[in-house]
Amino acid sequence: MITAIGQLGRTVITGIEKLGDATLFALDTLRLLFAPPWQGKHFVMQIYAVGVGSLIIIIITGAFTGMVLSLQGYHMLVKVGTEALLGPAVALSLIRELGPVLAALMFVGRAGSSITAEIGIMRVTEQMDALEMMAVNSQARVMLTRVIACAVSLPLLVAIFDVVGLFAGYVIGVDMLGVNSGVYIGETVDKITLSDIEAGLVKSLYFGLLVGVITTYMGQRATATTEGVAKATTQAVMLCSVMVLILDYIITSFYL
Amino acid sequence: MQNYKKIEMIVGVFVLVGIISISWLAIELGGVGGVGTKGYKLIAVFDDAGGVREGSDVLLAGVTIGKVVSVTLKDNEEALMVLNINDDVQITTDSSLSVRTKGLIGEKFVRVNQGAEEEYLEDGDEFDDTESPINLEDMIGKYIFSGDAK
Amino acid sequence: MIKTHALTKKFGEMKALDDINLHVRSGEVTVIMGGSGSGKTTLLRLLAGLETPSSGSIFFADEDLAKVSRKRLYELRLKVGMLFQYSALLNSLTVYENVAFPLNEHTDLDKDVIHTIVTMKLEQVGLRGFEQMMPSQLSGGMAKRVAFARALAMDPQVVYFDEPTSGLDPISAGVISSLIHETTVKTRMTSVVVTHDVKAGLDIADHVILLWQGKVIAEGKPGTIKNSDDPRVQQFIEGRPNGPIPFSRSTTAYVDDLTHVNDLTHKPGCVRLEE
Repeated sequence: MITAIGQLGRTVITGIEKLGDATLFALDTLRLLFAPPWQGKHFVMQIYAVGVGSLIIIIITGAFTGMVLSLQGYHMLVKVGTEALLGPAVALSLIRELGPVLAALMFVGRAGSSITAEIGIMRVTEQMDALEMMAVNSQARVMLTRVIACAVSLPLLVAIFDVVGLFAGYVIGVDMLGVNSGVYIGETVDKITLSDIEAGLVKSLYFGLLVGVITTYMGQRATATTEGVAKATTQAVMLCSVMVLILDYIITSFYL
Repeated sequence: MQNYKKIEMIVGVFVLVGIISISWLAIELGGVGGVGTKGYKLIAVFDDAGGVREGSDVLLAGVTIGKVVSVTLKDNEEALMVLNINDDVQITTDSSLSVRTKGLIGEKFVRVNQGAEEEYLEDGDEFDDTESPINLEDMIGKYIFSGDAK
Repeated sequence: MIKTHALTKKFGEMKALDDINLHVRSGEVTVIMGGSGSGKTTLLRLLAGLETPSSGSIFFADEDLAKVSRKRLYELRLKVGMLFQYSALLNSLTVYENVAFPLNEHTDLDKDVIHTIVTMKLEQVGLRGFEQMMPSQLSGGMAKRVAFARALAMDPQVVYFDEPTSGLDPISAGVISSLIHETTVKTRMTSVVVTHDVKAGLDIADHVILLWQGKVIAEGKPGTIKNSDDPRVQQFIEGRPNGPIPFSRSTTAYVDDLTHVNDLTHKPGCVRLEE
């Protein structure tokens, strides 16, 4: 019993230590954004890897999310005769919650895992040291570019996810289930306010930063062996997914 | 380097599509750049605001002509409502206001009934004639009461 | 060229390097030898400024690497090349881009000039014609040669070699050794080689430093080292498994561990004999 409590205490203490370490790492990395040299071209390369690379999966997820929301929503609303509200129901769920959260989770799986693995492997194979020896600041070149690429890409991906989802939801609701097209669009435009869209985009920006910081941090602190990298990648994906959901709750509670 | 030019292009297209998506959401759904600052303001005092909120629609002949800007309490007994009416809409001085519901359980809105006067309300004017909403519960109460009396 | 003074590096409580004073002369090949865990790689990383010492100083020309700013350190590194144990080629770039990398980063040279330099460096290591290959397609020996070409790209004053011949077949190892020797002579650069390959080390060295458990145990010309009286040096050079450098790294008596006596009474460093 005593050892169990002691174990719990130790776990909490290491957890807090790691959180502090990660925060310092994040601040130290972001500070480099304002230090020369400017990593312009390398931001573009990373946005390509992280953002464009996730585009297909985001479009597919977005389309099916919109479709299932519309289908499910219709069968619920039609029971109380309020299928006129299908448009806003789909749009609100997508824009405020499912867009940012689902896109972020897919993004973690697609881009986040590869960031941790890539950085881990670069450390195992001494590529980080090689960059340093060639007078290139590896933290700015490797870490910062990826964190920024995540923070830039995710809001864009979420917006694309939302738009694709809205169209897919419209097609199912109007063309398949027969809700009046004018009512669908009119009610949607009526009920969605700018603050809904703002909430969704602000969320996605934070999620992007979070994913970028966690995945680069886990790669940087991974034990520099092949098993260490594999373990760190799994942990990074799990930690990111859980943190996205927790952060989602926190931000939502501020925006309602 | 040829390769980099291509990547730069693709990233450019990606960012552009993303920004267009954000703008489309904000303009089409969020109503940025539509009504809001434009228009003139009118004041109305109701006995009962009946659930009309900030942002509720103002309709004339079933057409949206503005939005409710604020609903506040006046002298602890009446509801003071500020309406923002589109510039191109003119409302006569003897027109009346009423609070209605879209459908049976839909959203509340403010309905404007035009009068016969030749003069029109201007920015900051107050409506003379306001009609409080029909309260479903009161009506049901009355009906039961009248049924009892028979 | 490079001097260290009372250089000490600790990892936790363990001293990886203890009071190292050495002098790397300009234009020579200095070979640092020692067994695994003797601290030689740590020493090389300290000389290269990849780690900071726990105490003591490292003078590169006249500047103490332990005290210079990060910005100055990067400036100094432009004069330095390094060949890593696992080559450390950037695996997202082709052979050509890897060799051109330092030039693209730090010079404003014209594309054609960079092309000429890269071709020259690749010719020097015998890999001209492999420009468009990816690092993953190269064998270990070829990757090392590409890394060598990259280390030479900026015409450095000093090049560090971390285990340049380990993991290579005898021919590739020989090629790398002779490349180090020839390049040092031809370009008058300074080379610091860390290796446990005794034969190759003694062949190319102008000056040898032998490390054991974080301390310098012998230093001098290859000939002097070969004829040293120190039994530790002789054991290392001849590669005998037992001698003053023991085979066993255990610090407790074997019999105690077998009979579980140490489970309760074990104190690190205490050796008990059978009673």
